[in-house]
Amino acid sequence: MVMVRRSNRVVTGAHYGLRDWLAQRVTAVLMALYTVFVITFTILRHPVDYDDIRLLFDNQWMQIASLLFFFALCWHAWVGVRNVLMDYVHPMAARLTIQIMVITALLFYFAWFVYILWG
Amino acid sequence: MEAHFPKKRGPKYLDLLRIKQPLPAIVSILHRISGVLLFFPGIPLMLYTLQTALHSPESLTHLQSNLEYPFAKLLLLLAIWFYLHHLCAGIRHLALDLHLGLPLPQARLSSKIVLFAGIILTALTGVWLW
Repeated sequence: MVMVRRSNRVVTGAHYGLRDWLAQRVTAVLMALYTVFVITFTILRHPVDYDDIRLLFDNQWMQIASLLFFFALCWHAWVGVRNVLMDYVHPMAARLTIQIMVITALLFYFAWFVYILWG
Repeated sequence: MEAHFPKKRGPKYLDLLRIKQPLPAIVSILHRISGVLLFFPGIPLMLYTLQTALHSPESLTHLQSNLEYPFAKLLLLLAIWFYLHHLCAGIRHLALDLHLGLPLPQARLSSKIVLFAGIILTALTGVWLW
């Protein structure tokens, strides 16, 4: 009798749980709220010259909200792109390579965004 | 008695370019395509634009004059449409998660609303910008 069943889980496979599904929705709601705020602000204040935009992004609360938005964006993009890769890229080596590229790109994006805010 | 099975009359192959997709399928694939394109090249373009806007008054003026080119406007509108479509289709997903609008007629109607909301909001943004 076989006591231990071989796991069919693979390194590039699904994360087998609620976590990704929930993260995708929570990050989406956070980004939607930020988007509504930015659109409302833009319509009301009409920031067109440099001082307006600089003042907005020098505000501490705007910086925190923006960082939160961008973190949510990166997480959301990771879950989404990974789902797309699982659907269309089947050879494990190719999928793993692209996944590593996506993670690297997202880390690069995040560092770039932090640099823009405080560099 | 002999059984008579109806002959299968479904399509013999699925040519994605020749079959007509239902509207929810179109909204769904656009959600996916827009998502991938927002990841790349969307995010780096957005970061580049933000960096240029915040760098100096001169770079902001330069950016604003570059955005006067029709091709740049087209690109910006396309990016805005992808963002807004992704947002609207996402809201529809959240509603479906809450079991709102699950019956087929409602699902078709909401996909129609999502598709047009994305287009109309993009058009309004274009009008407002220029």
